[in-house]
Amino acid sequence: MLENKEYKVIGTRPIRHDGVDKVTGRALYGADFQAAGLLHGRVLRSPHAHARIISIDTSRAEALPGVKGVVTAKDLPDPGDKIADLGEGAVNLKYLCDNILASDKALYKGHAVAAVAATNPHIAEEACTLIDVEYEVLPPVLEVRQAMEPDAPLLHDHIRTTSLGETADEPSNVASHIQHKLGDPEKGFAEADVIIEREFVTGTVHQGYIEPHNATAHYNQDGQLTIWCSTQGAFTVREQVAEILQYPISKIKVVPMEIGGGFGGKISVYIKPVAALLAKKTGKPVKVLMNRADVFEGTGPTPASFIRVKMGATNEGKITAAEAYLAFEAGAYPGSPVGPGAMCIFAPYNIENVIIDGYDVVVNKPKTAPYRAPGAPNAAFGSETVVDEIAEKLGIDPLEIRLLNAAKAGDRRADGPVHPRIGCIETVEAAKAHPHYTAPNGKKHHGRGVASGYWFNIGLESSVTINVNADGTINLIEGSTDIGGTRASIAMQAAEVLGISAESVNPSVVDTESVGYTAVTGGSRTTYATGYAAYEAAQDVKRQMIARAAKLWEVDEANVQFADGEFSSINGKEEQISFRDLCGRLGETGGPIVGSGTVNPGGAGGAYATHVVDVAVDEETGKVDILRYTAVQDAGKAIHPSYVEGQIQGGAVQGIGWALNEEYIYNAEGEMTNASFLDYRMPTCLDLPMIDAVIVEVPNPGHPYGVRGVGEVPIVPPMAAIANAIYDAIGVRMTELPMSPDRLLKAMGKI
Amino acid sequence: MRDFSYIAATTIPEAVALLDAKGESARILAGGTDLIVQVREARRDVDWMIDIKSIPEVNDLNYNATTGLTLGAAVECYKIYADDAICDAYPGLIDATQIIGGTAIQGRAAVGGNLCNASPAADGIPPLIVLNASCVIAGPNGLRELPVEDFCTAPGQTVLGKGEMLVSMKVPAPASNSSSYYLRFIPRNEMDIAVVGAGASVTLDAAKQTIVSARIALAAVAPTPLFAEEASALLAGQEISDAAIDAAAEAAQAIARPISDMRGTAEQRTHLVGVLTRRALNGAIQRVRETT
Repeated sequence: MLENKEYKVIGTRPIRHDGVDKVTGRALYGADFQAAGLLHGRVLRSPHAHARIISIDTSRAEALPGVKGVVTAKDLPDPGDKIADLGEGAVNLKYLCDNILASDKALYKGHAVAAVAATNPHIAEEACTLIDVEYEVLPPVLEVRQAMEPDAPLLHDHIRTTSLGETADEPSNVASHIQHKLGDPEKGFAEADVIIEREFVTGTVHQGYIEPHNATAHYNQDGQLTIWCSTQGAFTVREQVAEILQYPISKIKVVPMEIGGGFGGKISVYIKPVAALLAKKTGKPVKVLMNRADVFEGTGPTPASFIRVKMGATNEGKITAAEAYLAFEAGAYPGSPVGPGAMCIFAPYNIENVIIDGYDVVVNKPKTAPYRAPGAPNAAFGSETVVDEIAEKLGIDPLEIRLLNAAKAGDRRADGPVHPRIGCIETVEAAKAHPHYTAPNGKKHHGRGVASGYWFNIGLESSVTINVNADGTINLIEGSTDIGGTRASIAMQAAEVLGISAESVNPSVVDTESVGYTAVTGGSRTTYATGYAAYEAAQDVKRQMIARAAKLWEVDEANVQFADGEFSSINGKEEQISFRDLCGRLGETGGPIVGSGTVNPGGAGGAYATHVVDVAVDEETGKVDILRYTAVQDAGKAIHPSYVEGQIQGGAVQGIGWALNEEYIYNAEGEMTNASFLDYRMPTCLDLPMIDAVIVEVPNPGHPYGVRGVGEVPIVPPMAAIANAIYDAIGVRMTELPMSPDRLLKAMGKI
Repeated sequence: MRDFSYIAATTIPEAVALLDAKGESARILAGGTDLIVQVREARRDVDWMIDIKSIPEVNDLNYNATTGLTLGAAVECYKIYADDAICDAYPGLIDATQIIGGTAIQGRAAVGGNLCNASPAADGIPPLIVLNASCVIAGPNGLRELPVEDFCTAPGQTVLGKGEMLVSMKVPAPASNSSSYYLRFIPRNEMDIAVVGAGASVTLDAAKQTIVSARIALAAVAPTPLFAEEASALLAGQEISDAAIDAAAEAAQAIARPISDMRGTAEQRTHLVGVLTRRALNGAIQRVRETT
């Protein structure tokens, strides 16, 4: 097993390579992109939540001076009945295409139905008002339980529930039913002295990245398509666009610009294929930008859900059985994150008897997209609230009951996998030992709550190329778009291998033609997997450099050793040369050195977090203030502790927003009434205390430096932790998210 | 954003003549923090924006302890709260100017614009109502004046007729032993529009034990900001007590006609009127008692 040993670069806090450009406004984002003859695109969106599209007449828009092209779903190739191969997940191609431009039905308000390219954005906007779409408006289905009713209006005529391998005969809004079972739940509940069963409802929430989606597309004369855009993965954009346009990947180049946040929401494509269609039709580069309302109404939120959790424990606090029913809204097309929710829900515990049922249900809302640990926060809100209630009933400290039942290496998760070395116990212990947990908290209407969370993290493919420079620096070429400081955390792993400083590495995030295949920045994989590839590439450089030193000194390679940035000969000749000096002699020793590393590692290693929060509740208004927040998390090994802390803080803050005020508010017609940052209430800095991030390091055996992904798990515990703190403050169990002031007033019986 | 014409008027008669000639298609531009957003989002059709920021009268900011305050319609929030004498005299107005938008918005936004935008949730209007302010309106037939509480007629609509514009607000000098207070309820601590707003002014007797007179105004619970006349009258001559304040708060709740929308539910708003009215009255009383 890995030791938590000392490193030279890893664990330090250098300034990120992209930092100065970003804080001085020089970094280039997608909206900054300019080209000669650039046209501006605008998407017309459905005003109805559920409607059949009878006809689309674009003639008036096309006649408007300045309009250069209009496209609808008819301009897309027929997707047929194909399953799109997108590497990470197979998707019905028809769904993918219909979500880009609706063909027969508009399935949510904001669903794209046509797009215009014009000489300026104002003309494009006006042209959209001149497109005549005839709709047959249908009743919308806006809530998961309503959508599951047998007589609910159907979104798709052809969806039949697949349940444990069987496909139903009748069409339904329930796309699939999954089940995980471990042990004998009935026997487990029979052994329990206390059983708690509760129902929970969570709202639809958005990732809320600050930069709206953007894309500029251009076809060269030889048919080569280039797309400049904001994305979490240039290669996944290439794959999705290739499938939707039925165009070879070798004819598509995707250039990732800087990204202003994604949190999972910039993996699916929306306007990128549309920009390409417009570029093809007009023969010019076309830029399409979303505004904030487009982002809320037209791009993936994470789903609302209905959850029922039942858990039983003995008087001593041993959890004997757990049962969960998870119904998740997929949005307009199948594919909610109910699967990951079911994988994570009881993962902080070693429970012998478990049954989990998950349902993926379509509703008339935007198709959901990943959002930080997708599915796990919804699930944990239910399970971590029930665990708190069991602890209270048994008179056991809530962290103690977590320790009593904590998952550890060798325990089996209900969905099958056996845990490798994990840091579940260590994070709970660190939370328990933290001064926050023992600080006095006796004021009226003040309360303290805790909750834990799990996310499995992923590996997937990454490629890194290193070009060695004559001055002793290296250019590190990577394909992982940098959202949270990964240029630095990847560069530092290469620097550690080569015994050079982080500043001696010049990292570049490049396009799909300039680096090997690299999967998305998502699944908390980038510092882990692309960092792993950088480690391998640096090892490759090191091997080649050793060969050059051997050549220079006319000794055997086995007689050259490398330590602390110095090559030296052993056995005989006393030669020594620094990494930097040897870099200057590559020409005379055989030419330039290029190192490469490619990985598809399996041992991502799951991450655990435990959060402690103090709240104050204004009993007269129902408003909750967060007074103090401590987030403990296992990072395996924190390559750059500041950026690990940043991820922990960011996840906690997004969880606080999800807990207290964030939600899509719909009217009866299925229109979102709060599609702006004014009324979609994310927390501001005035709503937050300093989030105290505590890093625990239980090294991951699946990575050379012990790294575990850190980006996602911190959003899992906050909702339950805050609900448990509210209960501690006012004695009311909140079971619906968000726990907004009006809901608190109702729960307290004030209105 | 659609095309529009911009013209800067330099005198009141010029602005009035332009408004009269262009009619419904013209709109006064001062800070533009509401207007430009509304045009951009196609919520208001405007062919002409008439900029009044170069007209001297609308930039007038003049406080005199005997005659009171003249507050030009285009005076930005930041100028109001930067004036110590105005802060001392009208703290309820200052409460509002410091929470309308953020610092950057306060550098552009005017209280007069807040009034003309006529949002039911306007933070700037309840303080003017409780301070007994009046509006000075210029039009083709000269000047007229009316109480602030009569200015708004519906969401986004005012008494301003064809060719008319708001020139300034006049606020009487504060009586001795008086003060004012404004607060709103929002789910966050920043960035939100009031779910409910409540303003109060009180004049106490020399012993600071009895309320001589009081005025209460509410925002976001009716199509226009409301003067809670009966609730205010209930307090006149009352000794300060929780019971008296509760009675006024209940009377204020009785006139609230809120709707349910994305910012709050009707029942939540009615409940909050009681809470906020009590807090506004207690806040104003506290301020009188704190000044010697």
